[in-house]
Amino acid sequence: MTVLEDLSVPPRDAGVLPRAVSRRERWLRRLPLLPALIYVVVVTQIPFVVTLWYSFQSYFWNSTAPAHFTGLSNYTTVFTNAAFRDSLVRSVVMTATAVIAAMILGVALALLLDRKFLGRGVVRTLIITPFLVMPAAAALVWAYPMLDANYGLLNYLLAPFGVNHVAWLSVHALASVIVVMVWQWTPFMTLIVLAGLQSQPPDTLEAAKVDGAGALATFRELTFPHLRPYIELGILLGSIYLVNTFDAVRLMTNGGPGTNTTNLPFYLYQQVNNAFDIGGAAAAGVVTVILTIIVATFALRMFARVFQFEEARG
Amino acid sequence: MTTLSLRAGRRGLPAWPRRAGWAVLAWVVAIAFFLPVLWMVITAFKPESAAETWPPRFLFTPTMSEFRLAVTGMGPFLAHSVAATVGSTILVLLLGIPAAYALSVYPVPRWRDGLFFFISTKMLPIVAAIGPLYVIALHAHLLDSIWVLVILYTAMNLPLAIWMIRSFMLEVPGELLEAARLDGAGRIREIRSVIMPIIMPGLVSTALICVIFAWNELFLAINLTVTNAATMPMFLISSVPQEGLFIAHLSAAATIASVPVVLVGWTAQRSLVRGLSMGAIK
Repeated sequence: MTVLEDLSVPPRDAGVLPRAVSRRERWLRRLPLLPALIYVVVVTQIPFVVTLWYSFQSYFWNSTAPAHFTGLSNYTTVFTNAAFRDSLVRSVVMTATAVIAAMILGVALALLLDRKFLGRGVVRTLIITPFLVMPAAAALVWAYPMLDANYGLLNYLLAPFGVNHVAWLSVHALASVIVVMVWQWTPFMTLIVLAGLQSQPPDTLEAAKVDGAGALATFRELTFPHLRPYIELGILLGSIYLVNTFDAVRLMTNGGPGTNTTNLPFYLYQQVNNAFDIGGAAAAGVVTVILTIIVATFALRMFARVFQFEEARG
Repeated sequence: MTTLSLRAGRRGLPAWPRRAGWAVLAWVVAIAFFLPVLWMVITAFKPESAAETWPPRFLFTPTMSEFRLAVTGMGPFLAHSVAATVGSTILVLLLGIPAAYALSVYPVPRWRDGLFFFISTKMLPIVAAIGPLYVIALHAHLLDSIWVLVILYTAMNLPLAIWMIRSFMLEVPGELLEAARLDGAGRIREIRSVIMPIIMPGLVSTALICVIFAWNELFLAINLTVTNAATMPMFLISSVPQEGLFIAHLSAAATIASVPVVLVGWTAQRSLVRGLSMGAIK
């Protein structure tokens, strides 16, 4: 039986409300949490504080000149620089397209896998494999053995349909990168939606059948509303991971042709590794973090809602 | 309209051809999805001359030569990947188990805020801080060392692990904890002899999820390491030369790099969903 966890119910000893416990007890409880909390604060928050600091500095790590304060000039560059804006927009487009496509495919595959048939376990195993392949390996296998213009398997498979040695990575670069993102993340969506499907109470479906509801009506009226929190969770988690897509861009197209596939992670990578511009990358990073916080605030609220949906239903 | 035609279809066809149809469709889709992986493995067994042909060759004498060639330079990369993956996963468990305990069994005040703080760090794009991270690592003499990867992979996986382990701890029956308490067991003993044995399978699947993410990570590795700590994904990049034939070689390297995590994932299928949803789906 699969259920979404209910965060609204206090864990374990509900009788003893945390507020009512003694001072000593409260510290005893905090103690095991502290190492992890301190670790995460130090490792994940300090870099961002340093980022904020460097965003006001002119600092090129390949030059011997020490970092010095430049006021808002890095930010002026970020906001007037089309490259940053373009990479930001491209990140949003890539993530949204890939997440939505992967989710649509994921729902379809989950519906297929929800039936009983010969070799269902094997089919499930085959379908989750793309998610497990190392992203760098996936990117390279797609870039060369699969999509190569001269020897690629895809051109061979599509030849009967009139496709003639298409150089996918230069003609359809963005689409190719998105295809690989979708290929890798569809299994993730499938697993989450499948868990949702299998948690559907069978008696309601049975009742719908008895009442003479068609398959489509049953899906629209019963299954889809039930799947909603699972779909939301999949979209949320998928976005968190896919917005950081770097491997496919770096290894398939190297951001090109031109800047056609340069998303934000790749742009920042270039700023640091090719332009040696720590200050500029930091300012771009700060703007990215501020935008992320705005999006994450909504995402966290969604998270809380998704995790509490059992209560709402009960 | 649709409903009607669907029902007509149901009446028109007996049950088994329809079911066979769905099964065939599922198999076709699964094979299509698996095809790139299969092609990678097939190409890996080709001699280089048979890998770059038009039309692609499906019949050839399989050879291990590209595997042998790929393995020769792989040693250090493999060692670095194993060290970073195992090191960070152990650290995640050491920090994560007590934290999950403090958020579930004897919850701290405002445990919910704690949980959401951890998850919110997963949303901050690490890419945004990559320049300063580079500078920090440089000054801390951590650049191009395994430690920088261990430290960062731990931070990357810890939130996920805490959520997951917590969800397993919540399943420990309250009566068992009650009984242990009545027996006068202290908290340490309660963790060691009651909670740990029960959540052990959960801990294993948590560790596996952490292994998958650490093993596959490239962005931090490529930015913060060069040779002394370069990992398997970077080994793959090095298998693409500037010129010459390399598709079979690349496929062999990609196969070797992917196999550990694919096998781990296949065996841990059941807990994969739970791990990926951070314990939200059981």
